[in-house]
Amino acid sequence: MTCLTKKHILEIENLSVSFLQYDKGMRQRSLQVITNLSVSVHEGEIVAVVGASGSGKSLLAHAVLGLLPANADVSGTLRFEGKPLTAASIAALRGKGITLVPQSIAYLDPLLKAGKAVRKNKRDAGARKKQRELFAHFQLDPATENLYPFELSGGMARRVLLAAALMDDPRLIIADEPTPGLDLELAKKALADFRAFADQGNGVLLITHDIELALSVADRIAVFYAGTTVEEAPVIDFEAETTLRHPYTKALWRALPENGFAALPGNQPYVKAMPKGCPFGPRCSLFSPSCEGEIPLKTIRCGTVRCIKATGSVEV
Amino acid sequence: MKRNRLLNFVGKQAAKLIILIVVISMVAFFLVAVSPIDPVQMNTGQAAYANMSLEKRAQLEEYWGVNTPVVEKYTNWAKDIIHGDWGTSLRFNQPVLSVIAERFTNSLLLMIVAWLFSGVFGLLLGIAAGVYRGKLVDKIIKGYALTLASTPTFWLGLLMLMIFAVWLSWFPFGFSTPIGVSAAEATLGQRLYHLILPALTLSIIGVANIALHTREKVIDIMESDFYLFALARGESRGEALRHHCLRNLLLPAMTLQFASISEIFGGSVLVEQVFSYPGLGQAAVSAGIGGDAALLVAIAIISACFVFCGNLIANILYGVVDPRIRRGHGLG
Repeated sequence: MTCLTKKHILEIENLSVSFLQYDKGMRQRSLQVITNLSVSVHEGEIVAVVGASGSGKSLLAHAVLGLLPANADVSGTLRFEGKPLTAASIAALRGKGITLVPQSIAYLDPLLKAGKAVRKNKRDAGARKKQRELFAHFQLDPATENLYPFELSGGMARRVLLAAALMDDPRLIIADEPTPGLDLELAKKALADFRAFADQGNGVLLITHDIELALSVADRIAVFYAGTTVEEAPVIDFEAETTLRHPYTKALWRALPENGFAALPGNQPYVKAMPKGCPFGPRCSLFSPSCEGEIPLKTIRCGTVRCIKATGSVEV
Repeated sequence: MKRNRLLNFVGKQAAKLIILIVVISMVAFFLVAVSPIDPVQMNTGQAAYANMSLEKRAQLEEYWGVNTPVVEKYTNWAKDIIHGDWGTSLRFNQPVLSVIAERFTNSLLLMIVAWLFSGVFGLLLGIAAGVYRGKLVDKIIKGYALTLASTPTFWLGLLMLMIFAVWLSWFPFGFSTPIGVSAAEATLGQRLYHLILPALTLSIIGVANIALHTREKVIDIMESDFYLFALARGESRGEALRHHCLRNLLLPAMTLQFASISEIFGGSVLVEQVFSYPGLGQAAVSAGIGGDAALLVAIAIISACFVFCGNLIANILYGVVDPRIRRGHGLG
């Protein structure tokens, strides 16, 4: 089986994000919220970043878009269609090459009508035509363009946000928890829209806490734990525990209802009390002192893993 | 249906205003009654009072109603006012309405200038400080606003007088017209010239408050999800500010601007006193000190109506400007 045959749209290598914060009094300390995160999105692919709430997933979206607050320190390499991303090139790509589908209606200006919001205040005929086509595509009534956000239902708001993201023909959508608050029907529709977008040769980075949702739509899954991706695997690997690479991913797998519903005891470490080496160490049944050292990224079959215990021979 | 709702709204507001007027007039009368000031002594002067015959004194006490109980005074006043008679100002020896008409025109000019100036500059400074938060511009504006917000109006007035009227001699040191020229003879230019310093003093204080509130609101907007989304969709900072900031700022700015009417009114009392500017505020002070109940109550009512209308206009404009109220619930 050959891996990675398609062209990369987005590559994230060893991304680290830390915030400078005032601790007690005037002492400053740096809080590392994302550590050595690597994930990539190829043409025609939906990649889901799955992780528990509060693990810093939204920051990943903001980091790729260059929208972190000024006290954030970002390191690592980001590449978009093979070219390295700089502050200037990110600014030029926002909305055009890379766009965001946010999680809620709060991302729409409460005093702007939907149509105008989607057009970014543009009045020209071209923008108007495009906006109406998008509304028609998402089965939004033409009158919707004159509604204010507070007049939209949850489902309409999601479609308006999606239309807003697609206004400038992006290559990559970063969807940050796009489905909570939607009923199953609408959530499925939302995912179908992402699938259709990806199938046109584009990429979607889906950030979610819902692993079942991710498994139902994504091509590859990146498992996010305590600010880093511990494993990146094709979705097919999730059909059995044995094809998975990282002990945390296996624990997630066992926690799924159809696989025994076994919850892993303990919690993710807090950013201020991160364990040495592997962040999963304290909860891992395979833990040994060597886990407290440097954990390199290994490639096993068509996926990557950050675990010194994982070997190619895990394959059955 | 819609008509009913409108009538309902107007009725409710009118009832509120009437209750407000009744309560304020009672309080004002009561305060004059319990005031330790003897109006006869106050209004005749120390020497004249000492040399006055007892008969004359009794006659004057009768004129000022010193021995009439407060309840009787109030009911007399209330009966008259229902017939549209505002009474006579004992201190100015003129009908209350004509005193107020003259003073109000002077004050209105002063307050409108101060109100517009503080609104416009407060908003601009607030936006600049909010957009460049943490930068030098912000620090200067914030420092300026915080200093002024904690400065007593009368003290600033004295300072302005010292600097611009006494030392630099750029502006007159008081009154609304040149000395020896009556209000009727003064040209518009002369009146404006006398207005500048008190109006400036009054607005400088107002600017601070509006700038600080606007700054907070701008920061709220720039930290909002919708502002982030605008940037994420490729709007530049300038575009995002133009598209989202001004519009969302308009509503709180309006409330603030109309609510500031009461502050400007209160400030004008002090400023007029310092600049000997013959406005409503100054009249209120002399009515209070002179025990002139009819004038004081009338001024209190006029000011209350003024402030009430300011707030009402803000409420109504909210309904016109904010789609959430306009389309959601309508008036009240």
